[in-house]
Amino acid sequence: MSSETKTIASFTCPVPAPAGDRVVLGHGSGGTLSADLLHRFFLPAFANPTLSRLDDQAIFSVGHSRLAFTTDSFVVKPLFFPGGNIGSLAVHGTVNDLAMGGAKPLFLSAAFILEEGLPFETLGRILESFRGAAVEAGVEVVTGDTKVVEKGGCDGMFINTSGIGVVPEGLHLSANQARPGDRILLSGSIGEHGIAILALREGLEFESPLESDSAALHSLVAAMLETRGQIRCMRDPTRGGLSSALNEIAASSHVGMTLEERAIPLREEVRGACEMLGLDPLYVANEGKLVAIVAPGAAEILLQAMRQHPLGRQADIIGTVTGDDPGLVVMRTPLGTTRIVDMLAGDQLPRIC
Amino acid sequence: MCLAIPGKVLDVSEDHGVRSGRVEFGGIVRTVCLDFVPETQAGDYVVVHVGFAISRVDREEAERTYEALEAMGLLDLELPPPDNGGSGDAE
Amino acid sequence: MKYLDEYRDDRIARGLAAEIHERATRHWVLMEICGGQTHTIMRYGLDELLPRQVELVHGPGCPVCVTPLETIDRAVQLAGRPDVTMVSYGDMLRVPGSASDLLNAKARGADVRLVYSPLEALKIARANPKRKVVFLAIGFETTAPANAMAVWQAHREGLANFFMLASHVLVPPAIRLLLQSPDNRVQAFIAPGHVCAVMGCRQYEDLVREFRVPIVVGGFEPVDVLEAILMLVKQLERGESKLENQYARAVSRLGNLPAQQMVERVFEVADQKWRGIGEIPQSGLRIRPEFAAHDAEKVFGMAELHVEESPECISAQVLKGLKKPTDCPAFATRCTPENPLGAPMVSAEGACAAYYRYRRHKVLV
Repeated sequence: MSSETKTIASFTCPVPAPAGDRVVLGHGSGGTLSADLLHRFFLPAFANPTLSRLDDQAIFSVGHSRLAFTTDSFVVKPLFFPGGNIGSLAVHGTVNDLAMGGAKPLFLSAAFILEEGLPFETLGRILESFRGAAVEAGVEVVTGDTKVVEKGGCDGMFINTSGIGVVPEGLHLSANQARPGDRILLSGSIGEHGIAILALREGLEFESPLESDSAALHSLVAAMLETRGQIRCMRDPTRGGLSSALNEIAASSHVGMTLEERAIPLREEVRGACEMLGLDPLYVANEGKLVAIVAPGAAEILLQAMRQHPLGRQADIIGTVTGDDPGLVVMRTPLGTTRIVDMLAGDQLPRIC
Repeated sequence: MCLAIPGKVLDVSEDHGVRSGRVEFGGIVRTVCLDFVPETQAGDYVVVHVGFAISRVDREEAERTYEALEAMGLLDLELPPPDNGGSGDAE
Repeated sequence: MKYLDEYRDDRIARGLAAEIHERATRHWVLMEICGGQTHTIMRYGLDELLPRQVELVHGPGCPVCVTPLETIDRAVQLAGRPDVTMVSYGDMLRVPGSASDLLNAKARGADVRLVYSPLEALKIARANPKRKVVFLAIGFETTAPANAMAVWQAHREGLANFFMLASHVLVPPAIRLLLQSPDNRVQAFIAPGHVCAVMGCRQYEDLVREFRVPIVVGGFEPVDVLEAILMLVKQLERGESKLENQYARAVSRLGNLPAQQMVERVFEVADQKWRGIGEIPQSGLRIRPEFAAHDAEKVFGMAELHVEESPECISAQVLKGLKKPTDCPAFATRCTPENPLGAPMVSAEGACAAYYRYRRHKVLV
């Protein structure tokens, strides 16, 4: 074959990829593989109208109250990172999921899975952080559980927290509420949590140490609700980053979105790490940020309220909901051109290419 | 292919007979192998690929060629509206 | 970030684009060879700034895409051995082999680890003397020096548990093949800037002389790519064919001699199979016999693998620039990043993935 002149058209193609038959790490990344797993296995097993909305929390009525209920599991490795540990993260994550539904967080459950060999000192430190975070968020841990697994059964510790909160009368936030013309607000710079964790694992140093942004957002949300500005929905962009959160809302509401790249706050260190590793900050996890879709008339007043809050100082309007290309999130680059902000399939991997 | 980015060399040292340095990329610092750029000193900029400096940035050359580019940017030329049929795609 | 941000300046980019509009009076077909340049074009929507007459086609500049199927299969096979730790760059973990990929192998219990640098692979070998650490070393000429250094270090230290499964491809033979093909449409090339940072521009001077095509060595930021395109358009309009260096801040004529010497020391040029294209003579690198102790192919005695290529997707023609991903009937329907049929859809640099992720909306109309 190498001796004749080949025509380009005679070249053939690689073999198609087989369908997988088991769970891979990518299924936990918050991207399309996660969504696929959800739709193929979990939703059919549990189908009901409340669940099918797929918001960060379930909201339903019990008697005269509307309650928000959510659950989240925390499997972060390493257990300790700049800016927090698995304990504080476990409080913030669930408090935030409740707050995204407009709920005032009230009670948490906490279930711990401990690995055989975990030092008591480590357990003590984590529980202290957990306690501190709960006090700060104004929530009480009212029920819990502990299990121990053999060495190798988990990475030191896994935590599941579930939370209950109360949703004010008349507030109906959901991912399916976005409408063309709505504005997209982001509370601050992106990518800090994911990069802080990655830095630990990759041995990246920072000139000024980069901390995870892990924080409870309930008081920021309360400040926003107080303005009475019309909010359609809120999300905290954790796994899968800002991109996943916005793509999910766009899909759920059948709307398009246009983002302004220049408006998205990004710290220099996060940018440097992403440039070096070939990562896109839009896909990197955050643990102390929220994105809100709001009615056009309310954007300014909500932005002001956010900027007055310590967790919203860098808040900005980063885009608009449109009626074009439903389900597609598009970004205007600093050059004035456009590109798609897609959902990733699995985890974002550092690249050499 | 070949994701490589420029960074500033903060210091140079020798480790197991390998010349390396701490290089800064916009606020983060990483140790990089400098064996392929033996003339590099602290304060130089290098282009780094998979943890190795593959080239030293020629600052005079960069300045020289950038002047011409800047002049282009100042012209504020009128750009035709974006070709929404997708210029570059064969129809 | 210095030497990066200035080359993303939007006014300069638009200025360059306006000049290209001014200069291009006829239809020209340009190819950017490097996947990194494809990524920049897609991610910054540079094709939106160009006039219709300037057509960009995307070349085979993605080492991930062109890594032979057999190499992936070998890697998956080795990863499955209980005594092996398979170490790889991130890009390779999801590339499909005949039956599986490294991430799926990991899900089945294989010890597969991701590294950013070959030096990390060495660290893993030193830290785990009882494990056989195999590094899947792929790349173009840009990555070859780093990969070579890893073998050299292992050799010097007597790190007996470090092995390399190597698959390197060289750019100029692929360009030559393209230019020799009767159905070639490409009239000018943007040469890969980081390959040239290592190898210098010399090799491209030969191609310019032999085929009388304009070639400009280009960088990777939007301003670099646009400036390179402008330089090519100017040459084409004037009927010139010469080698120019747009990326002069990082590329010299001779390139990086210490890096080239390291490559020479550890690797030798060999015939190489390119996935979707076939064998291109003298277009790859293999580990020299002196380092056989670290050569995974020799040490692990893997049986000859013969893989059946199935004519499903048009990857080859996309890699040649003959077709656009959007010409493929499977694009975005049966072939997506979640379920890739071919390598250009898997790799972040692959033309299909770039089109799918960044430019799909232009196609949906």
